[in-house]
Amino acid sequence: MESTFSYLFAGYAAIWILFFAYLLRLRRREKDLRQELELLRDQVAKKQ
Amino acid sequence: MSARLSNLFAALVFLSMIAALGAVFLYVPTERTMGLVQRIFYFHVPAAISAFLAFFIVFVASIQYLRTQEMKWDRLALSAAELGVLFGLIVLITGPIWARPIWGVYWRWEPRLTSMLILFSMYVAYLMVRSYGTSSARTPRLASVLGILAFVNVPLVYYSVNLWAAEQQLHPQKIALEPPMKYTLYICYAAFLLFFLFLLQRRLELEKTADALTDLQQQLSDD
Repeated sequence: MESTFSYLFAGYAAIWILFFAYLLRLRRREKDLRQELELLRDQVAKKQ
Repeated sequence: MSARLSNLFAALVFLSMIAALGAVFLYVPTERTMGLVQRIFYFHVPAAISAFLAFFIVFVASIQYLRTQEMKWDRLALSAAELGVLFGLIVLITGPIWARPIWGVYWRWEPRLTSMLILFSMYVAYLMVRSYGTSSARTPRLASVLGILAFVNVPLVYYSVNLWAAEQQLHPQKIALEPPMKYTLYICYAAFLLFFLFLLQRRLELEKTADALTDLQQQLSDD
């Protein structure tokens, strides 16, 4: 039974790595888009 | 969704995941024949159900987009497809890790594994169409057709254990769970459903921001 512990660990590690990688990717994309949006809003406001 | 509500939702997701991990590692007894590694089951199966739910949303949203041409349906289909691929990847990674000590191999071309891999590949193709396609209306239309056609595979994956002969299967045709195992699985289903909805909401917000950006770019180029 002990020998399967490494597989259990690998399985749950893979799940959490994927979840956190996806959450980080979402957060980074969100941040980039918001920055770009602010920049463009400023440009539009200056033009008007 | 307001920031306060979003934070509350995130806290609920966090607590439900803690409850799920608590049930898996502290509450449920170790399965007798497979041992510790069987505990992968409690996240593997809810991940598969979450992927199926995501693909069902892609299916419905794609039909709605083709009917109405409203971009909200296209945004929903794209967001759900991305999440379906994420949860599908979890299934395809945890499955072989669980299989190795039980079946002696990481992979075998048996009905459920093969059909799941095909299903996953189709939604990866869907995402590729989305990212490499042009910004014209043709891309969402093409993706919608793909999103509808790919869904045909979902019942095939689900019923693959019954559709092919038992000797070709590694997956069991029926699973009998003891009550603590059932309760743990239900807690994990609930935690995964909440996490899925949380991610979907965040992903949709991202698409809305991207659309607002495209509108502003258009406005700037028109001026």
